[in-house]
Amino acid sequence: MARTREIQKLYPQPSQNLFLARDLDRPPVLECRRLGINFGGLEAVSEFDLAIGPTEITGLIGPNGAGKTTVFNLLTKVYEPSRGSILLNGRDTMGMTTADLNKAGIARTFQNIRLFRNMSVEDNVKVAMDNSISCGLPSAIFRLPKYWKAERHAHVRAMELLSIFGLQGLAGAKAGSLPYGAQRRLEIVRALATKPSLLLLDEPAAGMNPAETAELMETIGRIRDEFQIAILLIEHDMNLVMGICDGIAVLNFGRIIAKGTPEDIQNNPAVIEAYLGSRKERS
Amino acid sequence: MKNDSSWIRIPMPVRYLINICLIAGLWLLISSLVNAGVITNYWKGILITVGINIILAASLNISVGYLGQLPLGHAGFMAVGAYSAAIYMKSTPAAELIRSGSRSAALPYLLAAIAISALVAGIFGILIGIPALRLKGDYLAIITLGFGEIIRVTITNIDSLLGFKFTYGAAGLARIPKYTTLGNCFIMVVLSLGLIHMLMKSRFGRAILAVRDNEIAAESVGVNTTRYKTMAFVVSAMLAGIAGCLYAGYLGSLYPSTFKFMKSIEILVMVVLGGMGSMLGSVISAAVLTVLPELLRAFSDYRMVAYSLLLVIMMIFRPTGLMGSYDFSMTGLIEELINRAAGRSAKGGQ
Repeated sequence: MARTREIQKLYPQPSQNLFLARDLDRPPVLECRRLGINFGGLEAVSEFDLAIGPTEITGLIGPNGAGKTTVFNLLTKVYEPSRGSILLNGRDTMGMTTADLNKAGIARTFQNIRLFRNMSVEDNVKVAMDNSISCGLPSAIFRLPKYWKAERHAHVRAMELLSIFGLQGLAGAKAGSLPYGAQRRLEIVRALATKPSLLLLDEPAAGMNPAETAELMETIGRIRDEFQIAILLIEHDMNLVMGICDGIAVLNFGRIIAKGTPEDIQNNPAVIEAYLGSRKERS
Repeated sequence: MKNDSSWIRIPMPVRYLINICLIAGLWLLISSLVNAGVITNYWKGILITVGINIILAASLNISVGYLGQLPLGHAGFMAVGAYSAAIYMKSTPAAELIRSGSRSAALPYLLAAIAISALVAGIFGILIGIPALRLKGDYLAIITLGFGEIIRVTITNIDSLLGFKFTYGAAGLARIPKYTTLGNCFIMVVLSLGLIHMLMKSRFGRAILAVRDNEIAAESVGVNTTRYKTMAFVVSAMLAGIAGCLYAGYLGSLYPSTFKFMKSIEILVMVVLGGMGSMLGSVISAAVLTVLPELLRAFSDYRMVAYSLLLVIMMIFRPTGLMGSYDFSMTGLIEELINRAAGRSAKGGQ
């Protein structure tokens, strides 16, 4: 808490441009301030300011190699930031591990799918509920009533979540044997099973055809409405990003070059230059 | 499909009951064979060794198969367990009690010895596990390799401690009460395998398997990977300690040279041969690799050659081991048979 106060002293009022948020009345779920990381001499990400309001869908876009996934890895402490701070629900996340951050409310999916391939679909979800299962080692080993109650509860909740995404029929199947689309959905289910307040989706539409992408768009909207959580997504599919995001941040060479609503971004000359090159280069 | 509601399921308590009955049946079979004189004293000794090796292999399988780490010092934990149990038992009147035939009077001492060996091995497991398992990667192999050697060298060199005779060094710790019988060995095997099963089929087991499958993903869903890795490793070490305790009570004397690096490799071979992540595989290969050398005593010079050859052939033709990661379920089989009889096959009949 002391550090939180210290940060608030340093940056008394979060500047207006920190936010993409529609509603500025409620405190943001996530606040990044001057976030940065160096890999050797390379500034992979620098001066990254972003705030995400509750139940807001934010898009993070940018050309390949702009540092989008690095931002995700910073937010989940896969990398320790070199500079700046991340506040989650108003709490500073300094010193937290990846697992701590998940408990504090950040869940993510991965660009290259990372499921527990040799485990069943249901177990994949149950692993994610581990922290909410109240059953100690003795009750598990001696199979005390507490164990059965916890397991039954976990089963019911896992099946509930799976059925929202149409995966209940595959609960017993090995996760690695699932078709690609189902694996992507399972990753989202697994992330949601940790009861996050912020969901990070790393290229959820990668490898999907237009019909699947349209379905995904609808699903993401539904997740926000049903679970009442904020979503930050990296995506290259502009139809999806422009279609569902409340706000968009554009990253290039590790720096945010534009922030705003989808309309702002579409007409922003800096963004057009980053994606298409400057007029001079093009001619 | 197995998710189909028409699939007949055996309820959980009945499953446990069936398993307990089967285990009791197996014990009745063994004890009646002993009484009938089919199992001679020689074979009784081999069966005890089989039991000890089953505990060793199944416990190493927790680390290698379920956790996906590679400890190379399992014999070290066995040695720690064996010596602590032996030193404790020598200090109690258990020896006279056993010699005078009142084994039941020695039971509390035996239970204490098992607890002590598990505890001491577990403490060493924690000491080694926490620093090694906090890192990602194969550091555990190197650290446990060193640990195994350190333990052996230490035992060889501290023959006495503070004026008391301690491990008797290279001369060996002799005249340990022979407290291990086929009966208590059988019980310990059942309890150890039961413990592993219960652990792996609970939320702890799920988390351990998740760490093996994908550590980064496990961490991202809030699994404290260090905690679960250490837990699995410590359970593995504790069971190895118990195996050591039985070993000390079976042989009656301990020599540090027993717990050389090759002993660890021998146990590892059992696990790899049986299939990493398969308890049945560990049990079968532990039994086979214990009995086979006894049957082939005449060719004992070629044992290490045979071992290496077996492994090479195995890796070429069946790299996942005898059983792969398949685990056998007796009640599952019975369930399947009931459903077949009722005209439902596992694959068809959707």
